[in-house]
Amino acid sequence: MKNLDSVLAAYLAGWAIFFVYYISVAQRLSTLREEVERLKALLTKGR
Amino acid sequence: MKSSFKAAILFVLIAVTGYLAFYYAPIERSMGVIQKIFYLHISCAFSAFVAFGTCFYANLRYVFTREAKSDWLGVSAAEVGLAFITVVLVTGPIWAHPVWGIWWTWDARLTLTFVLGLLYLSYLLLRSMIEEPDKRALFSALFGIFAFLDVPLVYFSIRWWRTQHPQPVILGGPGSGLEPRMRVSYLLMWGALTGVLILLVSARYRLEALRASVEDLRREAEVR
Repeated sequence: MKNLDSVLAAYLAGWAIFFVYYISVAQRLSTLREEVERLKALLTKGR
Repeated sequence: MKSSFKAAILFVLIAVTGYLAFYYAPIERSMGVIQKIFYLHISCAFSAFVAFGTCFYANLRYVFTREAKSDWLGVSAAEVGLAFITVVLVTGPIWAHPVWGIWWTWDARLTLTFVLGLLYLSYLLLRSMIEEPDKRALFSALFGIFAFLDVPLVYFSIRWWRTQHPQPVILGGPGSGLEPRMRVSYLLMWGALTGVLILLVSARYRLEALRASVEDLRREAEVR
């Protein structure tokens, strides 16, 4: 089928953008969770 | 409901809508199979408008109430909207190349959509340049209200000016419209993408709330 490769490329690119963005949010969330735990531990130690 | 369960439901929905777009919807007579990009391209454009509309609402709300939650919603919707408009700007040229023979042209619709992406990228850059949280929230809210003015311009550009971009098929007035199977495929794809939009905005909102907690804890640690 003519241009089927372009259609597949468009769908793959579209879903790849969402997937990469979701991974970036998940990574930032995990870094911040670790930071919250670290700060909480620091504050508890200081008491 | 757990977010991994929601993501699984969305994955199934996306697979079903992909199947409908490829196999259930008929092949368009003049363009052929390349028209199938339409289901993703237009759904993403409408979802981006919803995200930027949410950002506009949150920005207005912040200006009047100064609630941090409105600021968090504003930045979350802006960032997710930018992801959606990026998909629009990537899939559009993939469709245009076989149909027009060129990847890109600076017509009103394409230029205004490109500017829309740049405006929300500037919104996020502006936030990264201001350290003080209240000032950052207020300045970005005011910029976000200004940036939203481009959304109606993008929407009406193909109605107001002669453009290379195709004339409206959805809500385009008499003579426009979709074949019933195409309409079902399009509406389900938009529904699935709205689910993706909600999932991403809520994840991004949690991130912003956590960032605010980190800033509070850091201040507390500095005071001691």
